[in-house]
Amino acid sequence: MNIESKISLQEVRKSFGSRHVLNGITLDINQSEVIAFIGSSGSGKSTLLRCVNLLEAIDDGAILLDGIDISEPGINPDPFRRRIGMVFQNFNLFPHMTVLENIALAPRKVLGQSKNEANDHARELIGRLGLSDRADGYPDQLSGGQQQRVAIARSLAMNPEVMLLDEITSALDPELVGEVLDVVRELKSNGMTMLLATHEMGFAREISDRVCFLHQGQVLECSPPAEFFSRPQHERTQQFLQRVTDAGRL
Amino acid sequence: MSQPGVTRRQAFERRQKRRSVLIAFTSTVIVIGLVVALVPQTPGWYKVKRSFFDGAVLSDTFAKLLSAFVKDIQIFLWCAPCILIWGMTLAVCRSVRTPALFPLRLFAAAYTDIFRGIPVILTILLVGFGVPGLGLHRPWNSPYLWGSVALVLAYSSYVAEVFRAGIESVHESQRAGARSLGLSSGQTLRYVIIPQAVRRVIPPLMNDFVSLQKDVALISLIGPIEILRQAGIDKSKYANFTPYVGAAIIFLLLTIPETRFVDHLMTRERRRTSGTAVR
Repeated sequence: MNIESKISLQEVRKSFGSRHVLNGITLDINQSEVIAFIGSSGSGKSTLLRCVNLLEAIDDGAILLDGIDISEPGINPDPFRRRIGMVFQNFNLFPHMTVLENIALAPRKVLGQSKNEANDHARELIGRLGLSDRADGYPDQLSGGQQQRVAIARSLAMNPEVMLLDEITSALDPELVGEVLDVVRELKSNGMTMLLATHEMGFAREISDRVCFLHQGQVLECSPPAEFFSRPQHERTQQFLQRVTDAGRL
Repeated sequence: MSQPGVTRRQAFERRQKRRSVLIAFTSTVIVIGLVVALVPQTPGWYKVKRSFFDGAVLSDTFAKLLSAFVKDIQIFLWCAPCILIWGMTLAVCRSVRTPALFPLRLFAAAYTDIFRGIPVILTILLVGFGVPGLGLHRPWNSPYLWGSVALVLAYSSYVAEVFRAGIESVHESQRAGARSLGLSSGQTLRYVIIPQAVRRVIPPLMNDFVSLQKDVALISLIGPIEILRQAGIDKSKYANFTPYVGAAIIFLLLTIPETRFVDHLMTRERRRTSGTAVR
């Protein structure tokens, strides 16, 4: 185990009933590192991210955050979730709250910020993400790209140390993908540690420090993007990349 | 050929609208005309008219009925908030998954099963006659009190089920979104799940409250002189059923605007929070 690593996955296993979704995943993620998980649907990418956020309890193995085992059964997950932001494929915004309220809710209720403090910070984030004129709108009145940027802002409002991005562009129209990816680029330039599950190969190649290929709940291969895409080692990886290339996605 | 300044679509919609107004008007006139023409032809009509629609009796009794109806409204007004609070408490108890609170879940489930399964009128009779039978003294033997308690017991079980359905209808992803931010399960329930659940169940909830407004009249069976009781007294006095019709009219004067008002609130809420509507 690497003492320095921000997050350390050790032999992580998870099954739903008789279906083994994660079959012993081991991976160390350094501070400020960006890891892209790729693989076909059902390979376990989303489940892995949900496990890191403790939304799913793992069956065996361990997940360490700054060397602390956060996956210990029975542990209160809330203090750790605060430090790990998550953005979902379908945004999961709260439809009954305005953009501002969506972003300010957790800082107020979890961090105990005053309403003014939380709103000021939320407005600052909204401005940074180019949504200033939307602060008082409701999620359903926004485009998909705007909603996803709000969801990212909502996560950032908690000042997380790590961000988990679960196929955050998969539900977006192609012309809206760019605005969301710009935000992720900005996060990287600020040194955010990120784990992302994605189907955007071009983006994975551009933004990540390492690309990891998941197949049937195992990491088959993990390497810097230049190497990963030009010289995939594993046969499965080659097949997957071939299929993606054939589909015109690379 | 379209008129100047009017698009093809607008011209079409105008024609459509004119046509549907005409059809609706004609069919309404025909139906009402038939009822007005045919009902008086029935052999018993003159008797029914005399004993149910006597204008003189109505004008004599209406004011008294109206003032008795104030009692119904009072009972409704103190029961409604109790029902909402108790119903929500039960619903939350049933949604809690913590093993330590299992007895609460069990209690809430048994409670709703029992009171949903008993006719309201029986609950009122059992509570209204049973509890004061314990030999309680004034004011604790008041039929108003125990009648209201019975209504709260019965209606909170319906309302609890409505709330529970609302809570369960909020998608799991909302919970995930909230929990991923570090909100506790209680905070998630309070700030994310329940507000959405309540918005969704307002229409069925209103149905229950319109029913409650009407079922308040059942309390008359255990004593209080509210509108139904008053109508019964007047019926005997005048040997005429018109006071019942008067009572029905008074109920409608309240319940119809109530439902329309809620419809209006719902439409406004939907327009406020959602994008463009589909035609």
